[in-house]
Amino acid sequence: MWSFSDIANNIHNWLSNQFNTTWTMIFEMLIAGVCVIGLFALLGLVLVIMERKVSAWMQIRLGPNRVGPKGMFQSLADTVKLMVKEGMTPWGADKTLFNLAPFIAMIVAMLLLAPIAFASNFQLWDINIGVLYVSAVSSLSVISILMAGWASNNKYSLLGAMRSGAQIVSYELSAGLSILAIIVLTGDLRFSTIIASQADGWWIFKGHIPVIIAFITFIIAVTAETNRAPFDMAEAESELTAGFHTEYSGMKFALFFLAEYVNVFIVCAIGATLFLGGPMPLHIGLWEGFNHAMDYIPSSVWFFGKTFFLIFLIMWFRWTFPRLRIDQLLRLEWKYLLPISMINLLLITAMAILKWHF
Amino acid sequence: MNAGKYIRDIWNGFTSLLKGMKRTGYYFTHHKEIITQQYPDNRNDLKLPERFKGEVVMPHNEKNEHRCTGCQACELACPNGSIKVIFKNELTPEGKKKKAIDKLVYHLELCTMCNLCVEACPSDAIKMAQTFEHSVFDRNKLTKILNKPESKIMDGVE
Repeated sequence: MWSFSDIANNIHNWLSNQFNTTWTMIFEMLIAGVCVIGLFALLGLVLVIMERKVSAWMQIRLGPNRVGPKGMFQSLADTVKLMVKEGMTPWGADKTLFNLAPFIAMIVAMLLLAPIAFASNFQLWDINIGVLYVSAVSSLSVISILMAGWASNNKYSLLGAMRSGAQIVSYELSAGLSILAIIVLTGDLRFSTIIASQADGWWIFKGHIPVIIAFITFIIAVTAETNRAPFDMAEAESELTAGFHTEYSGMKFALFFLAEYVNVFIVCAIGATLFLGGPMPLHIGLWEGFNHAMDYIPSSVWFFGKTFFLIFLIMWFRWTFPRLRIDQLLRLEWKYLLPISMINLLLITAMAILKWHF
Repeated sequence: MNAGKYIRDIWNGFTSLLKGMKRTGYYFTHHKEIITQQYPDNRNDLKLPERFKGEVVMPHNEKNEHRCTGCQACELACPNGSIKVIFKNELTPEGKKKKAIDKLVYHLELCTMCNLCVEACPSDAIKMAQTFEHSVFDRNKLTKILNKPESKIMDGVE
């Protein structure tokens, strides 16, 4: 049976037979870069059409249904449209920052992809501070939003960017605390160790109710961090037209749009890795036959299945809940999520010390 | 804020959000609930709601007779003057003069589909039709005469 790690090893062996170490390294970096960009483009296409279809069905509509079978090529047509559109820079804008901001957003998203394991033993970079790296880099994304809002020279953009700053700074805390819950249980920041610790059961099942609470806090916090409804204060169409990307058009707008969806994918991938076992198949206790059957499903299918389940969950939130006001948003974080996740972390620490988990 | 209220708040918020998700989840999995109509494609078998109102029409029977007595109730009921009744004098078989409608002019371009004229009509002469493809290049075409040429009032309608 083929797997991603086999393909990667074969390519590595073939390249190291042909070239010396330096050139092998360079070619492998190039291949990885092309794969990442390809994955981004694919994710953009798939997630946009998924979002539009999910939203349509939840609102008793049909959604896009003209381009291709059941409208499945709609996002492809949109991409072509965005590529041929003019990318304007407003007169009063700070030109350097204005044109730099969308690329910063994309670069942050690309950096975040490095430590994620897409299948068993298939990772770009298995660093020993994996989770810390992810939480550190993900908070950089606010810089691109602030940059875009500031450089646009538009009050709506600036307001959206400022709101986004307040929001991301607050919600980083509870996202970090809920990630910390898993690190306490695993005792390691490395992604491969966290995945290996879930071979006999995912943390959401092994960790009893405290881990479920941590999971819920994590999902709420990352929904806020990716600036999606019900926490889309940064965009808030009805109040700020489009928030920080009001002045953007053409491909630069598309990059922001893409960065949002890629960020959603990445936070869901991290959530799937930490709480749902990443590429690990579902194993139930001592059911040998069931466990054996589950092992036959490739690990990449497990990973993408879990990630897309979480993405669906976040889309479900978006199309069900009304948007929060800025004061309600901050109250939810500081008065509810943060105290709860602190007490929860204390519980999980006690659980980890006393070995109460499975 | 006491601890009981704090926990109750969380619980209430959580359950009400779950209730909302249950509703949208139901719609997501039940595609038969979809109310969007693919209009130009299903033009021949459109399913319009019962109360959908497209324009005012005057039904005629097969002998080219309508039920309008010309009482002007519809003209008075209309809030924005979409209906005008123009009279003529007709001779009855006994040789008497009788007032009857010459034209019932209906301005579709002014009509707001409020249904007040239909409710005001004492003899059920006019009703709302469900046609809606009214777009024309000339605005004058929207001024319609509801009674057909040479039509008469039905026997027994006074």
